[in-house]
Amino acid sequence: MLQALIEPLQYGFMQRSLVIAILVGMLCAVVGSYLMVQRLALLGDAISHSVLPGLAIAFMVGANIYIGAFIAGVLSTMAIAWIRVRSPIKEDAAMGIVFSAFFALGITLITVIQKDNKIDLNHFLFGNILGVTIDEVRDTAIIATIVLIVVVLLYKELLFYTFDPLGAQAAGLPVNRLNFGLMVLIALTIVASMKAVGVILVLSLLITPGATAYLLVKRLNQVMILGAVIGVISSISGMYLSYFYNLPSGPAIVLVVSGFFLLALLFSPKHGIFTYRKEQSKSAVVTIYDTEK
Amino acid sequence: MKNVSFDPKFYLSQRNIGKFPAQVIKASDMSSTAAINIAHLGVHYRTQEALRDVNCIVKPGKLTGIFGPNGAGKSTLMKAMLGLVPVSSGTVLCQGKPLMQQLEKVAYVPQRSQIDWTYPATVWDVVMMGRVKKTGWLRSFSAVSRQVAKNAIERVGMIEYCDRPIGQLSGGQQQRVFLARALTQQAEIFCFDEPLVGIDQKTQSVVFEVFHELAADQKIVLVVNHDLGESIAHFDDLILLNRELIATGSRQQVLTEENLNLAYGGKVMYFSDAA
Repeated sequence: MLQALIEPLQYGFMQRSLVIAILVGMLCAVVGSYLMVQRLALLGDAISHSVLPGLAIAFMVGANIYIGAFIAGVLSTMAIAWIRVRSPIKEDAAMGIVFSAFFALGITLITVIQKDNKIDLNHFLFGNILGVTIDEVRDTAIIATIVLIVVVLLYKELLFYTFDPLGAQAAGLPVNRLNFGLMVLIALTIVASMKAVGVILVLSLLITPGATAYLLVKRLNQVMILGAVIGVISSISGMYLSYFYNLPSGPAIVLVVSGFFLLALLFSPKHGIFTYRKEQSKSAVVTIYDTEK
Repeated sequence: MKNVSFDPKFYLSQRNIGKFPAQVIKASDMSSTAAINIAHLGVHYRTQEALRDVNCIVKPGKLTGIFGPNGAGKSTLMKAMLGLVPVSSGTVLCQGKPLMQQLEKVAYVPQRSQIDWTYPATVWDVVMMGRVKKTGWLRSFSAVSRQVAKNAIERVGMIEYCDRPIGQLSGGQQQRVFLARALTQQAEIFCFDEPLVGIDQKTQSVVFEVFHELAADQKIVLVVNHDLGESIAHFDDLILLNRELIATGSRQQVLTEENLNLAYGGKVMYFSDAA
């Protein structure tokens, strides 16, 4: 058993992909918790699809493709906000419009350039974790460290802002800057995760670990920590499944994390489908007690 | 729709005014908080005019209510004062400076319905939010902050619920948590948006006790309320709105039949017929 787990580690590519998987599993769970509690899951999807054209343009002009992707991701959030503020179009419609337009542009550009270059659209859409280089591992580690430090340092401000934006603004917090900072953190996270699971499936790593933890614990910091643990375990197990059964790595990771979510959904002590009725009757008693007071 | 049949004489009769003792105002304390001066305040939402040319003064040491029918712009007035919605005209000054540049003096409690109560936070987490601004960037909460929060939670009778997720509280308990958060901010100006909606009797009495204590302490206490029930007798001053200012001043001055007809007039008739 142990032998089987150690065996893949003799390969350099497997070591590198496991490190990336662990970093991404942790980073996505922490940052994605903010998307979940703000009901902005669709925004994560929008940003991840929107990074493609920036990546393609950066490749064309010979710049770092990750910087290009990051800029396009941030621009997409600004475009969404601009449409929402300047027109009667609602936010979800604005997201749908912007991300599909960016995505279409990205696919078009990459299709055009991949005729002459060794660049594969599928690697960006679905990830290519087995092909990561040592430089990419280093870049992901740097991004993960920066993002996690910022989350720790701004924890109390971001908690206030994401729970009660109006109250935070009225207390004198710079809510526009906090919101922009949050968008930057999300875009950085997505760019760092692109190689591992691709832009289409990254949403799963952003939302599912946090949502699973949310069914089990009651405070945001607990959601983040437990979510990170779930994300890391899923990434490692997904990689091993992918190695032993020759499955695509990104989808294997996503299937494992979705499995964890399903377990929590069914068996969570507080919110599980099979335990929910008991909880409901308990809260009904509490309510009656309160009115009697 | 609630029943809005209303007898101003009830509130104006001598007997009922005396029912809730007026605050003892210490003249020596009057300088601690300056009044808020609202001049020509107007708000537009896109093409629609929400508030037109509101002029009034909100005094410290009084419990001031913003009243008016649904859609009268009560919440909008409060948000516009704090710069939470864009203002199209006018000024809101405190000690000669725009109020929205002195928000560290303000504690604002939004409508309970605007909050996602399934958010993963406990009572303690929410009340500690009142110390975020005072604590400052990159610092963690001090022992003083924790004590202030604990006292506030005790004041609203929620200390045994500290570790409870906010989603498991009743509406009245959630409102008391927000009241505790406002107290924790140790502000000069307290603004509450519809704090009396959907709360139990116990919460209502705690809320008014705290409001009166704050007013007695020479704070500004401004409360949006649409309910013309008996609770109106708690208020010292009123701002009566219906898209524009109908009347402002002491409760006795504002609650005349003429003012109420101007604010609620046609609608009162309409709803009584419908019921």
